[in-house]
Amino acid sequence: MRMKGDSLLAPFGMLGRSAVDTAAQIGRWGGLASNTIRALPRIGIWGRLLLGQMARIGVDSVPIALFIATFTGVVMALQASYTFTGAVPLYFVGTLVGKTMVLELGPVLTGLALSGRVGANIAAELGTMRVTEQIDALETLAYDPVAYLVVPRILAGILMFPIVVILATSVGIAAGWLTSLQLLDMSTAEFMKGLRLFFEPWDVQFAVIKSLSFGLTVTSIGCFFGFTTEGGAEGVGTSTTRAVVVSSMVILVLDAFWAATLL
Amino acid sequence: MSIILKEVHKAFGDNQVLRGFSLEVRDGETLAVVGQSGVGKSVALKHVVGLLTPDEGEVWVDGQQVEKLSQEELYEVRRNVGYVFQFAALFDSLTVGQNLGLGLRRIKGMTDEKIRTRVRECLSLVELEGFEDRYPAQLSGGQRKRAGLARAIATEPKYLLYDEPTTGLDPVTTTVIDRLIIRTREELKVTSVVITHDMDSAYRVADRIGMLYEGVIRFMGTPEEIQACTDPVVRGFIEGKPELLEGAG
Repeated sequence: MRMKGDSLLAPFGMLGRSAVDTAAQIGRWGGLASNTIRALPRIGIWGRLLLGQMARIGVDSVPIALFIATFTGVVMALQASYTFTGAVPLYFVGTLVGKTMVLELGPVLTGLALSGRVGANIAAELGTMRVTEQIDALETLAYDPVAYLVVPRILAGILMFPIVVILATSVGIAAGWLTSLQLLDMSTAEFMKGLRLFFEPWDVQFAVIKSLSFGLTVTSIGCFFGFTTEGGAEGVGTSTTRAVVVSSMVILVLDAFWAATLL
Repeated sequence: MSIILKEVHKAFGDNQVLRGFSLEVRDGETLAVVGQSGVGKSVALKHVVGLLTPDEGEVWVDGQQVEKLSQEELYEVRRNVGYVFQFAALFDSLTVGQNLGLGLRRIKGMTDEKIRTRVRECLSLVELEGFEDRYPAQLSGGQRKRAGLARAIATEPKYLLYDEPTTGLDPVTTTVIDRLIIRTREELKVTSVVITHDMDSAYRVADRIGMLYEGVIRFMGTPEEIQACTDPVVRGFIEGKPELLEGAG
């Protein structure tokens, strides 16, 4: 009887352990966040590293962001035209492409792509540094590892994500426009009419706020999982996977949160 | 006494590694701590620079209790301690010269020219002249260990901590590293703690040898004294006879 009771309770035990583990992880993330804020005044350490991280996190991410945005713009224009099929004036293709790229697809697709490229890169790099004692070595050289490794990456993410998103969104809209000209027999004037129709300057601010939060999410989660890596190569692999999965999930949750609170 | 660990206890989950570990390192001496792999030698060493904090007990360096120091005070202590890591822990993304210069940049008044000069001096001391621009991936295992030692001595520390400095090296390179440890002590007058499980190396470099067993120092004495020790645990370890260790357990 006792064994039967134990087996019935087992799922609750697992659920409880999982909840405790998750709470502990959030607590440790909070600890790293507070250390990061405390490390901000150490400009002497992170200041000269910031430009390099901006190049790695931002400039190096531009090609993949533009690639994704280009094809998204093309598909958006074609699908809009297919959906409207005469019932809606064709210039609404411009409206749909512009509005969707600015409000949703530009920030979110770029954020998800960069959670793979940037988040995985940070988690793998810091995780390898952790398991090969390079982070311990930094500490023995009297460096605050958070100021040296975490602060420049997070700041670079916050500063560069909006720039990459603006570039990607612009290229996505341009791709939609070119598709409309070449494949949908639309004129530039028609496309622009649609693009301007429901355009609000606030949309751009909304996209920038979203991409700032995505930059913070991807880099801080990548740093967290990298910093807390344990074990050897397997540990680095686990941290990298978790960084990508968790930051992708948080991006989608934040996407819904901003839509609910700001629109 | 310059480095003192008093009754240090440390556990990782259910694994109780240190169970009242005590150690006193005298000024200017080289003390080797020997013991089987996984017995907690590196764990003990990391307490000295505050990389780990004890669950119980005290760690003192230069008259300061390490676990009670603020972050800034801890950095001051660390500036006086050079740490040579088991696998060198050189920063992959930096050249050897940049690795050595990193600690120097934290010292006030160090110009780029002074840093370059000091880097050259340290590389010369470990016989790696001309290696400034190479990356760690371009070095052999022995060269990495030497570069790690050069980085540790670059800031002219009072104390040097060596974590398994000869592990994984061939006998010739092991002797080269041992000679460097002796030369470093003689030229820089540093106090050193060497963690190792290589008894030949311990005999060569150490003034005293302590054996760590089941979380405490089982034996402490000079190389001659440990060789004459009749404790079966000590004999089993230095002679490489597990049956003696099992019999004692």
